[in-house]
Amino acid sequence: MREFGYQRAVDVSGAVALLDADPDARFLGGGTNLVDLMKTGVERPARLVDVTALPLDRIEPADGGGLRIGATVTNSDLAAHPEIRRRYPALTQAVLAGASGQLRNMATVGGNLLQRTRCGYFTDVTQPCNKRTPGSGCPAVGGEHHNHAILGASGHCVAVHPSDMGVALTAFDAVVSYETADGPGELPLADLYLPVGDTPHRETALPPGALITGVTLPPVPVAAHSRYRKVRERASYAFAIGSVAAALDVQDGVVRDVRLACGAVASRPWRARTAERVLTSAPADAAAFAAAADAELAAARPLPRNGYKVTLMRNLMVAVLSELAGVAKEAAR
Amino acid sequence: MTTTTKTTSMERKSVVGTAHTRVEGRDKVTGAARYAGDVPFAELAHGWLVLSTVAKGRVRSVETAPVLRMAGVLTVLHHGNAPRVERNFTGMMGVPPDPTTALFQDDRVPHRGWPVALVVAETPEQAREAAEALVVTYEEEPHDIAFSGDRPDTYPLDGHMPAVTEKGDLEAQLAASAVVVDAEYTTPEEHHNMMEPHAATARWEGGRLEVVDSNQGATWVQSDLANLFSLDAGSVRIRSEHVGGGFGSKGVRAHQVAAVMAATVLQRPVRVVMTRRQMFSLAGYRSPTTQRVRLGADADGRLRALEHDSLSLTSTVHEFVEPSAGVARAMYGADAHRTANRVVRLDMPTPTWMRAPGEAPGSFALESALDELAEKCGIDPIELRARNEPELGPVSGLPFAGRHLMACFREGARRFGWADRDPRPGVRRDGRWLLGTGTAAASFPAGAGPSTAGVTAEADGTFTVRIAASDLGTGARTALVLVAADALGVAPDRIRMHIGDSDFGPAMIAGGSMGTRSWAWAITIAARELRERLALGADIPPEGITVRSDTTEAVGALAQKERHSFGAQFAEVAVDPATGEVRVRRMLGIFAAGRIVNPLTARNQLVGGMIWGISMALHEEAVRDHASGGLVGADLAGYHVAANADVPLVEADWIDDPDPDDPVGIKGVGEVGIVGAAAAIANAVRHATGVRHRNLPIRPDRVLLAGAGSGSDAGGRDA
Repeated sequence: MREFGYQRAVDVSGAVALLDADPDARFLGGGTNLVDLMKTGVERPARLVDVTALPLDRIEPADGGGLRIGATVTNSDLAAHPEIRRRYPALTQAVLAGASGQLRNMATVGGNLLQRTRCGYFTDVTQPCNKRTPGSGCPAVGGEHHNHAILGASGHCVAVHPSDMGVALTAFDAVVSYETADGPGELPLADLYLPVGDTPHRETALPPGALITGVTLPPVPVAAHSRYRKVRERASYAFAIGSVAAALDVQDGVVRDVRLACGAVASRPWRARTAERVLTSAPADAAAFAAAADAELAAARPLPRNGYKVTLMRNLMVAVLSELAGVAKEAAR
Repeated sequence: MTTTTKTTSMERKSVVGTAHTRVEGRDKVTGAARYAGDVPFAELAHGWLVLSTVAKGRVRSVETAPVLRMAGVLTVLHHGNAPRVERNFTGMMGVPPDPTTALFQDDRVPHRGWPVALVVAETPEQAREAAEALVVTYEEEPHDIAFSGDRPDTYPLDGHMPAVTEKGDLEAQLAASAVVVDAEYTTPEEHHNMMEPHAATARWEGGRLEVVDSNQGATWVQSDLANLFSLDAGSVRIRSEHVGGGFGSKGVRAHQVAAVMAATVLQRPVRVVMTRRQMFSLAGYRSPTTQRVRLGADADGRLRALEHDSLSLTSTVHEFVEPSAGVARAMYGADAHRTANRVVRLDMPTPTWMRAPGEAPGSFALESALDELAEKCGIDPIELRARNEPELGPVSGLPFAGRHLMACFREGARRFGWADRDPRPGVRRDGRWLLGTGTAAASFPAGAGPSTAGVTAEADGTFTVRIAASDLGTGARTALVLVAADALGVAPDRIRMHIGDSDFGPAMIAGGSMGTRSWAWAITIAARELRERLALGADIPPEGITVRSDTTEAVGALAQKERHSFGAQFAEVAVDPATGEVRVRRMLGIFAAGRIVNPLTARNQLVGGMIWGISMALHEEAVRDHASGGLVGADLAGYHVAANADVPLVEADWIDDPDPDDPVGIKGVGEVGIVGAAAAIANAVRHATGVRHRNLPIRPDRVLLAGAGSGSDAGGRDA
């Protein structure tokens, strides 16, 4: 493990200045992913700038009626927040579906969005990996890819983004705020992650040295009626093999509004806009849900050993939407 | 629950059979207990192993010069400069040493993750950084790690049992059978990554080699290290006071040998600890298996033919067999009976013993096949087993030293509510979940190994027991306190139990479910003799009165019998056919496992085994990258075992079953708990969904693609 320097930032501008866009320095949040990667040699920063003491640990009303979540809010605090639970229940469910209680107490919202893939080739420095060592190749394409991407991948990288939280945030049109030495900026979460293409090592559209300062959730009335379901190989403490965040508003048997996003299928949380379009104004029944899922998954390009994910995601989208539709009916009575 | 209770001649109530918390429990939970990697030493240097990144070839060069200039680095050992060791000997386990322990003796690389160098530095951080910076170049050769049942280059291999047993005309009996099951079952590569990583510190002290270690047998490690380094056994002292799990993996491994080499070269104490990732290459593992079971039966389920053939893999440098077919030799009789354990040599690390070697994967195949037969015959699975209960050992013809399998099934069936079971598959629902129940039999050999013990009556009225036993976290130390207390006729708090030190004399390892029985035997003999001497009323001198025992003769004279622990496993599962998720809802295991010394820790062992069975059935699978020959996700995030949320109500209990040939009546509980557990779960999944899963683990993708309620069978590895 490389020796590294450690500095603790006390304000946002100071943090950005300390990092100084140094490619050999990293911001340290909860450390639940970065420190692991430093131990295995995937990350070898010369300096860490600890941002956990920054005054970004609040969840507050945002202009326009949404909520602004500070970047250093822990996963645990986010999941437990009454307004999140009431207005965006799928977000609470997604956060609680991830990691363990101990990890959620440490992990931060900003860090969650920037966590790295858990692809077994990426995390093993003795293996080639285009994301870790550009140009070295992607052994997952022809090797172990049981839990790799079916959507939006390329021959250069088929890794999936591991976040649960990000799936719910994506469904609800979250916007990421950041700070750089040149001032603040904003990015819709949908635009935060770059397409894989032939540059899988370039993961986000953040400018060099940028510090995520918060995530803003716009008011999304349908989100009050939302659900996150995660499928994994054991009941807890595992990354998803497929997950769905969905919100559904049904009136008179017709879908008035819907939000749908999928996890563990792509290099980013996958907003299922095609399915949303198909569903909007469609009857809220299993056949329509299946048609919408199929429309979304028409773009799927499974690898030889992860074709099951297409079936899984179809079933999961139908199951979660059906459950929400059932719940909606009961609420209307 | 019933347990044997005895009353001593002094009318003191027996403490064997009563619940006692671990005598070292407080030390462990307060951190006072020091594990091998934590014991402080002055002038301690730290070694870090460097493993090969190719699967086959030769080391061309080890670029030591840049690394030797790094901060704190003391030396780099490799095949070009390491001390020579003796490889030509037969160790305590009756086999030559695994060449992985004969470190750095030549330039050959027989598998990925083979140790090629040791970097020693002043701190572990410096050693690690230098080890990761060390450039090793290789002449790479093509490798072959493709394990499959249809390989032509397999051969039968004896392990701790003959490779093949045969009686009767198998084909004729199969042809004459009204019902035939012919199925192939597979289990994947599995790893026993115990919580405490392998750790050893070696130093030369007063002309003796001392190793502070974490192992399953101080005598075993002493003997192998003495042989490797051409030392008298008396010149080697191994201490292993606390062990955080072993499961078959903690014998002699690369880290101890590396530590001894470095301590010898540097003449100062050297510690070598494996990382979690290194354990996946260096600590041994359970081979994948492909097993074919053929059963032929009359319409009433009585077996005419039984064949169990198992293929496992071994490395190109050492022979080890996972004897999965052995379980059939104890379990069921048939007019024609054939079992075979075969291996294929691949460019892989050498597998090793892992909890219930043979029985764990073997029982998955055999007990699944029995379930298939029961369904084909339209007979209840328990009744099928009752109809095939042998009077004598099905292959050996020897009498059983107690075979209470059906009593376990009866008690288990009663408590599980088996009588109300509707045998039809795929008809029970709870919301999105299909529900099912399954059962399977369990067995594991019981035995003893020669051991010596010393028991001292101290002048203050207490007693000190010294035995080179090993407590892997199982509670063995506490069990031995209870045994000694009964044998001496005193309260347990008057016993001081010292274990884990080779200076206490030779003793059996903690393995094969034989540790507690073997050690209890030696302690009982010494304690009884001491008690007789004390009864003569002699004064106790300040140094105490010590009696030593050696059970070599007594164990050697043990009557030849079919000696096993048995059990009946029950499981209820829920399966979501839309997502492929399988969750166990409850498990019950009823065992006949000899006299239970400490119900608290015995239950812990049995329940632990059953939970491991959940992992084996649903989660565990090491995945290899065929291009590189290495593992993908070689850590506990990538290699899944059951998490707390996967473990429902798991109950273990037992029926009375003392072994009359053992001074204490012990058989052993270390392994039988996992046996049959995976089969019970797979049988329950069949009952829930109508789909038979013959490939472990029963992953969501397998369940999903197999569908549900179709009455079909799930496909192969990548289906």
